Amino acid sequence: MTNRYIFIYASSMVVIVALVLATAATLLRPLQERNMRIEKMQNILSAINIPAPRAEAETLFERYITTTKIVNHLGEELEGDAFEVELQDEVRKDLADRQLPVFIADVEGETMYIVPVRGGGLWGPIWGYIGLKSDLATVVGANFDHASETPGLGAEIADRPFQAQFPGKRIFDEDGNFRPIRVVKGRAPEGDLHAVDGISGGTITSNGVTDMLRNGLEVYKSYFEKIKTS
Amino acid sequence: MSDNTNTQKEPLLSAKNRKLLSNPLGQDNPITVQVLGICSVLAITVQLRTSLVMAISVVAVMGLANLIISLLRHGIPPRIRIIVQLTVIAALVILVDQVLKAFVYDVSRQLSVFVGLIITNCIIMGRLEAYALNNKPWPSFLDGIGNAAGYGWVLLTVGFFRELLGSGTLMGYQVIPNFAYQMGYENNGFMILPPMALITVGVIIWVHRHRNRDLVDVS
Repeated sequence: MTNRYIFIYASSMVVIVALVLATAATLLRPLQERNMRIEKMQNILSAINIPAPRAEAETLFERYITTTKIVNHLGEELEGDAFEVELQDEVRKDLADRQLPVFIADVEGETMYIVPVRGGGLWGPIWGYIGLKSDLATVVGANFDHASETPGLGAEIADRPFQAQFPGKRIFDEDGNFRPIRVVKGRAPEGDLHAVDGISGGTITSNGVTDMLRNGLEVYKSYFEKIKTS
Repeated sequence: MSDNTNTQKEPLLSAKNRKLLSNPLGQDNPITVQVLGICSVLAITVQLRTSLVMAISVVAVMGLANLIISLLRHGIPPRIRIIVQLTVIAALVILVDQVLKAFVYDVSRQLSVFVGLIITNCIIMGRLEAYALNNKPWPSFLDGIGNAAGYGWVLLTVGFFRELLGSGTLMGYQVIPNFAYQMGYENNGFMILPPMALITVGVIIWVHRHRNRDLVDVS
């Protein structure tokens, strides 16, 4: 077999494979996007402790999430659909240009605020949603996920036991100063409302969560203060 | 590449073809005898459901890859045959991944990188190289299905015991009745961790060797 034959063979094979894969990807895209939207809804709802099975996620989201907003770091409201904002793109922008989504929920008459956070773990991005009570200081719930943290170690941030530590913690202290929740190595001091237990063997991921919570929530400070005073 | 030149019409499931399907289930099992593809067994057998989806995916990829390579076998330039094999496997794996993402999204999230890693599953390329390149499409297809099924049943067995003993459920449904828990039964959290998959595979190999004495290496 000549080199010529090998070249033609290899090139046509690549073209055919590319065509097949491109067709499949295009045809399946709408279904995949719907799945991702539903997952996002499930994550947002889980930050205010509402378990949403796949099939009901859309209905529950409609029922509980009453308002969505985009704000900037000064707390001014911007135009647009908060659900469509990709925090992944926003965190790369300058602070002044950043669009910050806020989801406002009404759970049996109680107003709750859900904000997304995003940061870096050991191997890749980590992200999550934090649900806050109407005092904007007490955490209702937290939901974290990651792209590629180590299974059994850093990846535990996506599991219930880690996330269950967050309800009841506070991101502002008694005097109203911003004091985010830290993920401490080992055990958090008893009764500390601003710290949770870290993950053994997952220190870098734990620190990533600490940084993510500080950076991710700090940008909402002005917005929170605006609501509190109004 | 010498083909079986026997031009006689052979029934689709002749004794020889049936052997292609059944050998890898027992005598020649890719996991318990050849000890290939172990890492995916450790990673995705916490639940029966993920094991099942993985097994089906591998059956699909392997059957089709063997079939395609066998159909192309006279045209594949020997010098780039490994690249051709990899391209075919990779394309099929991406297709499977896309389909899973579209139709069983949560399972695809749990399988995460392991669907992509089907590409590196040595069983698949081993069969392409050892069988499909030199044999006709139909026997190659059966060989692929047989080997994937041999991989699949081990996966399902491990998944069955790990989910049953580790979480008290099967396919996500609770099977250990509540009164058992009230009487002090507890799920074994250790079963959820990867080392127990290794031990379960070890037990399967043990039972398998016990029943197939000729596999025991006495040297």
